[in-house]
Amino acid sequence: MTARTFVRTAFAPTEPPPPEADSTALRFARSLLATPLNFSLTLLSIAVIALVLPPLIRFLFLDATWSGTGRDDCLANAGACWPFVRAKFGQFMYGFYPAGERWRPNLVFAFGALLLAPLLIPAAPFKRTNALLFFGVYPLVSFVLLTGGDFDLQKFLLGRFLQWNAVAGVGFAAGLRWAFWTDFLFSALAIVALAALIAALLRASVVAAVAATGILLAALGIVFLAVDLDFGLTPVETRSWGGFLVTLIVAVTGIVVSLPLGVLLALGRRSRMPVVRYACILFIEFWRGVPLITVLFFATYMLPLFLPRDVTFDTLLRALVGVALFAAAYMAEVIRGGLQAIPRGQHEAAAALGLGYWRTMGLVVLPQALTLVIPGIVNNFIGLFKDTTLVLIVAIFDLLGQIRASFADPNWATPVTLYTGFAFAGAIYFVFCFGMSRYALYIERRASAYGRRS
Amino acid sequence: MNVEVSNTVDHTLVAVEMTGVHKWFGQFHVLKDIDLTVMRKERIVICGPSGSGKSTLIRCINGLEQHQRGRIVINGTELTGDTRSLDAARRDVGMVFQQFNLFPHLTVLENCTLAPIWVSGLSQAEAEMRAMHYLERVRIPEQAYKYPLQLSGGQQQRVAIARALCMNPKIMLFDEPTSALDPEMIKEVLDVMIELAQEGMTMIVVSHEMGFAREVADRMVFMDGGQIVEINEPNEFFARPRHERTKLFLSQILR
Repeated sequence: MTARTFVRTAFAPTEPPPPEADSTALRFARSLLATPLNFSLTLLSIAVIALVLPPLIRFLFLDATWSGTGRDDCLANAGACWPFVRAKFGQFMYGFYPAGERWRPNLVFAFGALLLAPLLIPAAPFKRTNALLFFGVYPLVSFVLLTGGDFDLQKFLLGRFLQWNAVAGVGFAAGLRWAFWTDFLFSALAIVALAALIAALLRASVVAAVAATGILLAALGIVFLAVDLDFGLTPVETRSWGGFLVTLIVAVTGIVVSLPLGVLLALGRRSRMPVVRYACILFIEFWRGVPLITVLFFATYMLPLFLPRDVTFDTLLRALVGVALFAAAYMAEVIRGGLQAIPRGQHEAAAALGLGYWRTMGLVVLPQALTLVIPGIVNNFIGLFKDTTLVLIVAIFDLLGQIRASFADPNWATPVTLYTGFAFAGAIYFVFCFGMSRYALYIERRASAYGRRS
Repeated sequence: MNVEVSNTVDHTLVAVEMTGVHKWFGQFHVLKDIDLTVMRKERIVICGPSGSGKSTLIRCINGLEQHQRGRIVINGTELTGDTRSLDAARRDVGMVFQQFNLFPHLTVLENCTLAPIWVSGLSQAEAEMRAMHYLERVRIPEQAYKYPLQLSGGQQQRVAIARALCMNPKIMLFDEPTSALDPEMIKEVLDVMIELAQEGMTMIVVSHEMGFAREVADRMVFMDGGQIVEINEPNEFFARPRHERTKLFLSQILR
């Protein structure tokens, strides 16, 4: 008979959970073989692995040719023709970048790796300096190194729009055209004055307006100076760039530009100002509605028809802009999903503390929203990395393009050349995409740690 | 204590003055002709059935909602639509929400230092000193390096109070601060609020904690249907409510 009342006299002690009754092997076997369905699926998987793996290993390693100088060495074996990859490695990596100048892309790769690695390791110090170097200085240095710099800048705003040519023909110094730099100086002064005037009219802070435009123009001036100065590097046209170099340039530019641009577009699409909102919706829907191939094709072959005769952009630059804007539109929608998941209370709490729109977004909403959509963001990055190969259709030869081009070499024409080349390309793409995915998983776990009770 | 709002009050002692305030949500008339003057150091408790406009009323005071007619003056600054008056009001007014609304991606300390650093321009060290001071006042300095979701509801709400206090507000708004809490945690939050009241903070509290109201309120405000039905001193309010609607309401909640 149960008592109708109860008073505890001693607390029950906390005990560890009981040990697993079965061995690991037994549990493993049970999960694989428990039901007829599991049993047949396991058998099927084993069959597929047995069918695919041995021929693959045989082709890639056991039957492969490891050394040689031409097609005759590879014809003897049925496996992959690795000497082909070794012979063409330079072309795969740099395209037709002049052999004597390849230290320049190498330096760009090295700088990139040196700056990116500490940026990706959360514990590494000097994050702010590091980010500034990677996002601000590194693109400029890379640009000058890869192109050779020493661009002949002709006209800035006053020269172009007002045909102001006071000191034309004065000449050059260290690769700098005086006419351009006087033009730049006076244009800059005019812009700063204009900003001050507008600030005064709006009764905003004149000092802040002058400082903001001044800093922006000074940064622009530094960029122009770096591009204009003659460092004694041989110019290398982007037409001769190619291979993995181009793959990385397109992918990294796309990734680095699309994230901040996507954030702005996503915020704009949720803006209360109709003009901003509809402009962002129009932009996003336009780029999402058009295939990337069309974008690239349009940018390369049709844009020149609409631009003035003397305005020309580099083919690679046009492809870069196309890819970046395309990726940004997709990114914007992913980020918008994250923004929508943040409860209104977060906005309200930030507003009640006196944080304005940008600080609320930057300090409270975006850190949470971006963390939520890391899987979507990385999905886009990986997709973008692989889509870069579409630049092939506008005659830019990225890694895959160079590999395919090299198949035409009669010295290496063997039945296995094609497979070897694609296996190599597949391996490189896999390493990068898998790496991104694993890194994202690590960051995701780290960032969501605050959500768990410990 | 004045029961009626008079036009002869010394305006330097007025914290919040609402005159003829109306607000609509679409077609729904949520606030109707609100007149309420709150003096400095005064503690007001607002109660009423759900949907009576209590929360909307106090959310109008720091501009989370915008009123469409009438005047709201906070410490001498009128709340108009523009950002400058909004910034001024929010500098003086702190708010505590029913759902705490702590920032889950920041530690307790970072929650408290965020606004002092980015809005008031304090250095990190100064902001942390101030934050620790208020975290001690709400009796959870030992939780400073934890994340909000690692704390109990009562602890989270106390952090929210400390976070608001870190901006040195002159007026504190509480929007049902204990309604989302487990019964065992209500007292720890109310104790902190009582202390705050005893130190002379101007407080406007939307709450159904009648024990708390009896203890700290200078005046009770009863709302129904978007209007203020009765304003009275607590003793009178509970013992001899004057409006029939107030009597009905009190008979429902006091047993």
